[in-house]
Amino acid sequence: MQKVSVARKRTIGWMGVHRGHRARPLEWLAEKLIFLVSLSAIVVILLIFLFVAREAMPIFLGQMNSALVLPTIPVEEIDKVGPEELRRYLGLTKKQFAEMDRDTLKTLMEVRIEAQVEIPPQFREDKDARINTTEWRYLLKPHQWTGYDRPVYIWQPIGWIKKYNIIPLLIGSVKPTLVGLLFATPLAIGAAIYVSQLAGDRTRELVKPAIELLSGIPSVVIGFFALLVMASVLQSLFRYEVRLNAFVAGIALGIAVIPIVFSISEDALTSVPRSYTQAALALGASRWQTAYQIVLPAALPGVFAAVVLGFGRAIGETMIVLMICSASVVSWNIFESARGITTTIAAEMAEAVTGGHHYRILFMLGALLFAVTFLSNLAGDIIIHRLKAKLEGKK
Amino acid sequence: MTGARVMNGQAVTRHFRAERRDVGSHFFAALTGLSTLFILCILAVILINITWNGWQGLSWRFITTIPKKDFFDISTTGVLPMIVGTTIRVFVMTFFVLPVGVITAIYLTEYAPVRSPVTRIIRGAVNNLAGVPSIVFGLFGLGFFINFIGHHMDTILRSPEPTWSHPSILWASLTLAVMTLPVVIVATEESLRAIPMGLREASLALGATKLETIIKVVLPQALPGIMTGGILAVSRAAGEVAPILFTGVAYYMADLPKRLTDQFMDLGYHVFVLSTQSPNIEQTRPILYATVIVLLALTFALNVTAVLIRARVRKRLRALG
Repeated sequence: MQKVSVARKRTIGWMGVHRGHRARPLEWLAEKLIFLVSLSAIVVILLIFLFVAREAMPIFLGQMNSALVLPTIPVEEIDKVGPEELRRYLGLTKKQFAEMDRDTLKTLMEVRIEAQVEIPPQFREDKDARINTTEWRYLLKPHQWTGYDRPVYIWQPIGWIKKYNIIPLLIGSVKPTLVGLLFATPLAIGAAIYVSQLAGDRTRELVKPAIELLSGIPSVVIGFFALLVMASVLQSLFRYEVRLNAFVAGIALGIAVIPIVFSISEDALTSVPRSYTQAALALGASRWQTAYQIVLPAALPGVFAAVVLGFGRAIGETMIVLMICSASVVSWNIFESARGITTTIAAEMAEAVTGGHHYRILFMLGALLFAVTFLSNLAGDIIIHRLKAKLEGKK
Repeated sequence: MTGARVMNGQAVTRHFRAERRDVGSHFFAALTGLSTLFILCILAVILINITWNGWQGLSWRFITTIPKKDFFDISTTGVLPMIVGTTIRVFVMTFFVLPVGVITAIYLTEYAPVRSPVTRIIRGAVNNLAGVPSIVFGLFGLGFFINFIGHHMDTILRSPEPTWSHPSILWASLTLAVMTLPVVIVATEESLRAIPMGLREASLALGATKLETIIKVVLPQALPGIMTGGILAVSRAAGEVAPILFTGVAYYMADLPKRLTDQFMDLGYHVFVLSTQSPNIEQTRPILYATVIVLLALTFALNVTAVLIRARVRKRLRALG
């Protein structure tokens, strides 16, 4: 790091003009361009946030209305309502509205009335038919829907009355993630301690590429393997009833997460200064005692960061959970299925109408997922940065 | 915390002596070794199972056949369109991601002030981008590329029918390019750091400007590392399915894609389709295994190449101290 800064001191002045040198406008321009391109990562993060949030915005602002039965305005009264009211009534954006002529608007109004007429009578009379199910209290709190004997959390985006409670999805995401972390963390950290502290060079040269290879297995392949092989093996071992459940998904997630937890904690353990180890060994500690009582505590923040980053990876993993558990069950029992956030987005986006409430809610879930992983990544990154600065400062 | 423990020599010595005869020490050391072994076993089991079962279904005909609509029949099915689709999307992606990633890495190693907040933020963004879930990239591709850029392109170009504002190879590749940006940046940066400072200094001392030094001295030296970055990005992207779900992949297409605005079939997605949509999983099993082996061969061949090149770069880095 320090060595490189020698070259960096040769900066050039405004527009490449520097006292005592020839003007170098080209050089200056190139430097500025390179700088601009290097901002791409920041721009991309901002764009992701902006555009995922943009599609979800109407949900956050409470502008969507997913009620089944809506008031209708007869087509003849098109001139009696104001343009702004008409636009809202038809659920159009300002731009769409401006592009439409009078006849199109009339047709849309007819379609709207027809849609209302088509609702079967028993649903029109339903007490829940006039509820806007995209309101926060229906997204987060249980509600006693018609046909249920008590308030329930339920995600059911198909049918006449759409139910968008996101609590089942949150449970469905957390359940396999926790199983995966409980499975992967001890293994990965144990292996990291072994490889960085106890193993010889030859073992290290074998294990590190092998784990890189493991991280190179596409998640769809891990999902396939879990579906065809692991599910049956685990079922015969643990004898649970449902073959595809959160437990199988969790173990498969664990396999996907092992490489990331391993490589980050191994990195943290290796960055502990040699002098720590040497001092402990010189005092008569065994290799294991040095590893466990000296190196591990010193690198503990890094190991913690590895777990945090592993959590981010596991909760955002899509294909594995999509292939193994996609049935929606609200239960903390790990031996039952669970439908998580990622699964729901992947499975339902194709059938959601662009701009509709289902579409917007799926984007809202995406924004939520992005926020959770962004924060866990940020936390992991800051912890590692601090640890490195501390260990390097002590050298 | 640790410092105090090390410095307080007496206490530490006594503590260690007490544990010296303890079998626990050996036990726990063995435990870490076992967990390493267990991870290696998982890898071995996965690879052996897939190769063993996949070998039988694999044939030249399977690789070079365009399947009919019903691709669950082993005797007539094939994976040619999937191989073509995956290859094209990955190459288009490389075309976009490589320049941006390499230039960012050049800025970070050659120009960026060491402790400036901007550098720190760029690095933070790169690290964070690497951890964004792939499904979020898919949503981003749908919301940004298709519904925003594509929509506006259709309006500006006055397309008679939606050409740009629907899923296509182009948008899938761009989504993947955004996703693999950190992979390229990190690998290139590593290889740039491995180049001895002396080379740059010699070039500057001979009167070359900084830009000339970078283009004529630094970049040629960093080429293997840049290749590693590209290959790693390709191998990561080749197996990703979630980002392309809404941005370009098709369940079935009768023909190979012809334009960048066409949809495509994909190996990873095909694995997903075969394993979840099959009417009879026992009959699909051989096709499924054969498809997985093709996908794995593609990603692993790339991965192993990247690992080998990187090992050489790292060796040089270590030699520099």
